[in-house]
Amino acid sequence: MWAYWLSVPAHWRELPARYRLEGGLCRSCGHTMLPKGEVCPICGSKDIVTKQLPRRGKVISYSVIWNAPRGYEYYTPYIVALIELEDGTRLMSQLTDVETSQVTEGMEVEMVLRKVRVSGESGIIAYAYKFRPLLKK
Amino acid sequence: MTYIIGTGILKVGDHWEKSLRNLAAEASILAIEDAGGVSVDYVIVANSLSGVVNGQENLGSYVVSRLNLKGVPALKVEAANASGAAAAIVANSLIKSGDAKRVLVIGVEKMTDYTSLEDSNAALSTLMDSEYEAFHGATLDSLHALLMREYLRKYQVKREDFSYFPILMHENAVDTPHAQYRFKIDLDAYISSPLVAEPISMMDVPSPSDGAAAIVLSEKNEGPNGSVKISSFGQATDRISLYDRKSLLEMPSIRMAFNRAVSKLNNFKPDFYIIGEYSSVMGYIATEELGLAERGKAYKLFMDGEAKRSGPTPINPEGGSKARGDPIGATGVYQLAEAYLQLTGRAQGWQVNGARRALVLSIGGVGCNSVVHLVEGV
Amino acid sequence: MKSNRKVGIVGWGVYVPKWRIRSEELARGWGREWKRYAAGIMVEEKSVPGLDEDTFTIAYEASLNALRRARIDPSKLRAVYVGTESKPYAVKTTATILAEALGAGGPKRLTTGADYEFACKAGTEAVQSVIGLVGSGMIDYGLAVGADTAQGAPGDALEYTASAGGAAYILGPAENSIAVIEASLSYVTDTPDFWRRQHEHYPAHTRAFTGEPAYFKHIMSAARELMSLMGTGPNDYDYAIFHQPNGKFPLRVGTRLGFTPDKIKPGLITPYIGNTYSGSALVGLAAVLDQAKPGQRILLVSFGSGAGSDAFHIEVRDGIEAVQDLAPKTMDYVSRKEYIDYAIYARFRRMIKMLHDFSGY
Repeated sequence: MWAYWLSVPAHWRELPARYRLEGGLCRSCGHTMLPKGEVCPICGSKDIVTKQLPRRGKVISYSVIWNAPRGYEYYTPYIVALIELEDGTRLMSQLTDVETSQVTEGMEVEMVLRKVRVSGESGIIAYAYKFRPLLKK
Repeated sequence: MTYIIGTGILKVGDHWEKSLRNLAAEASILAIEDAGGVSVDYVIVANSLSGVVNGQENLGSYVVSRLNLKGVPALKVEAANASGAAAAIVANSLIKSGDAKRVLVIGVEKMTDYTSLEDSNAALSTLMDSEYEAFHGATLDSLHALLMREYLRKYQVKREDFSYFPILMHENAVDTPHAQYRFKIDLDAYISSPLVAEPISMMDVPSPSDGAAAIVLSEKNEGPNGSVKISSFGQATDRISLYDRKSLLEMPSIRMAFNRAVSKLNNFKPDFYIIGEYSSVMGYIATEELGLAERGKAYKLFMDGEAKRSGPTPINPEGGSKARGDPIGATGVYQLAEAYLQLTGRAQGWQVNGARRALVLSIGGVGCNSVVHLVEGV
Repeated sequence: MKSNRKVGIVGWGVYVPKWRIRSEELARGWGREWKRYAAGIMVEEKSVPGLDEDTFTIAYEASLNALRRARIDPSKLRAVYVGTESKPYAVKTTATILAEALGAGGPKRLTTGADYEFACKAGTEAVQSVIGLVGSGMIDYGLAVGADTAQGAPGDALEYTASAGGAAYILGPAENSIAVIEASLSYVTDTPDFWRRQHEHYPAHTRAFTGEPAYFKHIMSAARELMSLMGTGPNDYDYAIFHQPNGKFPLRVGTRLGFTPDKIKPGLITPYIGNTYSGSALVGLAAVLDQAKPGQRILLVSFGSGAGSDAFHIEVRDGIEAVQDLAPKTMDYVSRKEYIDYAIYARFRRMIKMLHDFSGY
């Protein structure tokens, strides 16, 4: 089942987004999104190009997960957060290198690359973006 | 016009000795008997997780195989926690178009074959965005947690103000024969319950469960034990991912579904509401979206007793997702079955007295696929 | 060895995880008193990689910092070499993951590279290769990284020092660099002082044999040979940076070579974060570059068990001061820390297993 074995093609095709935060920009209305879509959800235009999204943002809301789903057990507890990047793009991501008590709504964060999912002892390692408090202001 | 003419409900909970097929068959047989032993032209199976949990798809044939229904057309309808409501919409259309005289809608879910919470969580994660939410380790409970944290911040309510919802749910479920948890809880139990996805605790969300509920829909008002008409319905979607929403505290799909349902009728005033809330915070937001309370103030209805069975605005007289239980794909059918039993005066012990009209709201995912049914006794 | 075209360091960067465990806490895990060992090892605490960190994630952030100082577009990197003895995959090159994550080689992905293993000198081997590629004119810019999440066997002496971290170096034409690598050389023998067989989790080592016949012999041979080649002596260098398996050996070998402690200490980081193995000497070099001034001279000599040493003669140019602050410095990472105890350490290092653990390692 997929929860035990991470699909290689499914992860591989998202690498530009997961490694480099490559999203989409609607050239008609300026809306930015992750992942890049076929149709702009705001204005309906199909004129969407790839955009390198900014690496900094802020925390909108967050939750500490105590009951993890299959595949994330060893990392528990961990924090998932709704993040808004500097250009307004919103995404869901884990927070890392931070204690729960240090997280606040509106906290400034920056992107790092970390292990998100490791498919057992013999499957692939899925690295992807996570966010941490700014190392240096 | 489409009528609900009979129902069969199984208790929500752990049915260790029964498989998906047994649950479906049992509830279906009870419903058909309750409807007068009639024949049906279509079977619609409402279910969400059979593929991931039970390794079983092709549910139309799977269920029909257990019943003496040779050659009867059948299919599965899936809309996350609103599967049951969506199935009823399809059934309704088949009847209104004349393609069917009677349709059996059977909602069934067998989650407890996954005994580990990790696996149940993984299964429920199929209801969200798999690649950009679930991949990052989010659980369904954690998405509701994001809503709760925002609700606390914006409306400045206290954490305990969420307790009124599950406390009332449990109180109602004590009297509901088919409820999963038939015991009261108090504020202490709420405050000390283990955290699932902070700030959401075990008392804010349902536990995995098995369930099967079936209703028979007919073009005629012919239920030997009573009939209820589906006066109107409305459905609306929103974008699946929370990061695509304008606000974490508004669920426009609920409001749109509600408006679509009521706009077809003149002045439909429900006597009670059945809301498939999944979490306490969604219960409050849904209450606000239905116009029953101002934003941030829904807790008052539950704190002051207005939402009690005997109150002016009864909400979830059967106990809601929290206490009656939430067997995901089946829940929507449970809700319609419960409305049917209430409006035909057959909800002994858990009856909303004198109820003539009900609003049934089913919410799929985290407010991204909402269905409102307006049903009336005849 | 001298290249046809002069090669220099265009950018450098490090990364060290924030978690630390004190040596006395490690000792306590085995019922020992640290004060009996402290003087012999001279490491106060070591860095521990977080649950979501590994050699790749360390190499990535170090490389990002190097790019910030190099101020070149990552598409210009035509070589990516990663030296490590804790590869995330036994077979699948970290360098490709790094290249993809950075966007090296541009959209056409025209990079060369692979992972190197040479115990603690894998990182400087990577540097040697990139010098060759740039120096021959085959490429203009290349990235060499030394990074590790070293495996310290529980209860073993090396548990006090085996830590996590790494450094990345972008090399390019000397005229675009902030420090020129005037010459380098490598001294290699078959000396099995420390090794890890393929399916073992932890390396084995030969205790005292890792000293004189291994560490000292190779570093001193390479250093003397390079200084002879360049016609220099200890007084001609402002800094002497050596492989640093603990806080003592670099001072001892440096003294024997004729260097004074004030030249060795700026590049001696192990006492604060432990031995980052393939990152060891290169992190020391980064700490020096963070503060070096134009005109200063650096001798860098690494050591890798198995065994060998790479020696480099580096001269700092004008322009270094303009880039030092463009990325977090070595001491910024050293001072960013949070302490854990042995129980959390055992969990972070996956020494304890869950029953059904599908979030593998």
